[in-house]
Amino acid sequence: MIEIRDLHKYFGALHVLKGIDLDVQKGEVLSIIGASGSGKSTLLYCINGLEPIQQGKVAVDETNVHAKSTDINKLRQKLGMVFQQWNSFPHLTALENVALAPRIVKGKPRAEARDIAVKQLTHVGLGDKLDVYPSALSGGQQQRLAIARALAMEPEYMLFDEATSALDPELVGEVLDTMRLLAEEGMTMICVTHEMGFARDVSDRVAFFHQGVMEEIGPPEQIFGQAKSEHTRKFLANVR
Amino acid sequence: MFDYNFHWRPVMKSLPDLIDAAFLTLQVAVLAMIIGIIIGLCLALIRLHLKGPLYWFASSWVEVARNTPALFQLFFFGFGLGAFGLHLSPYLIVLAGLSFNCAGYLAENFRGGFQAIPDTQMRASRTLGMTAWQAYTRVVIPQVFRIVYHPVTNQMVWAVLMSSLGMLVGFRELSGETQFFASRTFRIFEYFAVTAVIYYVIVKLILGAARLLAARLFRY
Ligand SMILES: Nc1ncnc2c1ncn2[C@@H]1O[C@H](COP(=O)(O)OP(=O)(O)OP(=O)(O)O)[C@@H](O)[C@H]1O
Ligand SMILES: [Mg+2]
Repeated sequence: MIEIRDLHKYFGALHVLKGIDLDVQKGEVLSIIGASGSGKSTLLYCINGLEPIQQGKVAVDETNVHAKSTDINKLRQKLGMVFQQWNSFPHLTALENVALAPRIVKGKPRAEARDIAVKQLTHVGLGDKLDVYPSALSGGQQQRLAIARALAMEPEYMLFDEATSALDPELVGEVLDTMRLLAEEGMTMICVTHEMGFARDVSDRVAFFHQGVMEEIGPPEQIFGQAKSEHTRKFLANVR
Repeated sequence: MFDYNFHWRPVMKSLPDLIDAAFLTLQVAVLAMIIGIIIGLCLALIRLHLKGPLYWFASSWVEVARNTPALFQLFFFGFGLGAFGLHLSPYLIVLAGLSFNCAGYLAENFRGGFQAIPDTQMRASRTLGMTAWQAYTRVVIPQVFRIVYHPVTNQMVWAVLMSSLGMLVGFRELSGETQFFASRTFRIFEYFAVTAVIYYVIVKLILGAARLLAARLFRY
């Protein structure tokens, strides 16, 4: 379980997250929507400790993410993350991309890391691209490669930061399908997304962020049907 | 009017000595490159990540190495330090001068190489649980290596050619040795012509080896 309590985040004088309270249960799929600059990415970075926080607390399975005593590299193994800009390692083949972290972070033997990589690449539909370098993959394929790479660490949570936003429209579907598949398999997911269809169909809950505040959270029917907040309704009217 | 008679025999007789000297040239150039790469890497990382005195030290090194004649840099390690009572052997003068120069040039190449790798590579590595060190050594540096490979090769060639300045501080590498024989026999043109060919061959061998290695190393 991910617990966020009264989280405040500043970039210098800029108050980016203004007291976020949020619990994400095991197995839940949470989508986060909101305008550009509302702090969605920053929230994800605070959850896996890529950004320090100024007040409040983030705990993952009762481990305080920002405590000095926390082994952050260990904790991050539980938290897979996929970014908007796909960032495969260009000097490694698809297989090596996926096998690298299991090998050097978890210390798996080469053969076992390879097996894990083959399994996860097959899982995301790249079983026929094992020895291909990322430069020969499409954006959608590279994004699925990034998902496989994260899954190879056997994370318990997956954080997606607009995983489809940088893709050509015709490539969005294959990545969303992969994310759907993970959701069906019971992965706990937090998805920052602009894909309202995905948020509506796949999520258990949808959170709307507005200027650093979590303005509203609830089941998709509520957010898309009868949003309480004026800002939410306005935002949704504009994206549709 | 053109009545110079070529005499190649003396050159051929001292060819074994010239070849020995050529190996000395290669040795000092390779050592200078190894030292230059290590120091250049440090200078680049300092300039990328630090502020204050260390930054200024590294920047001054790069500035001086790149913007003053290499010969003067050699003279500094020879006569300059000599004036303070620190007398290096000709070999060490050339090694120090070349290393200083190479480090300065390589530092700029490395800095550009690191800057060419997007931050997202580091971020992605860290989210997989890699330590900063692992991310650096497994993800960032291999990519930088490829970017700087050709500049480093060029620098290696440059180090070989630049080592010929050694003859001006009394070092008998290939040029110094040539000068030594040439002035004894007065077959100056012949000696330097043959030596030029030897330099040419060394450089071609280096470039050829680098090309073969690149083909093996870089498959992406
Ligand atoms: N490293 C940083 N330094 C300074 N300000 C930052 C930094 N990262 C983000 N910000 C600022 O924090 C605010 C929130 O940014 P964030 O990236 O979290 O927004 P977002 O909701 O993810 O937006 P988008 O939909 O555009 O990705 C923005 O005003 C942004 O300019
Ligand atoms: Mg964002």
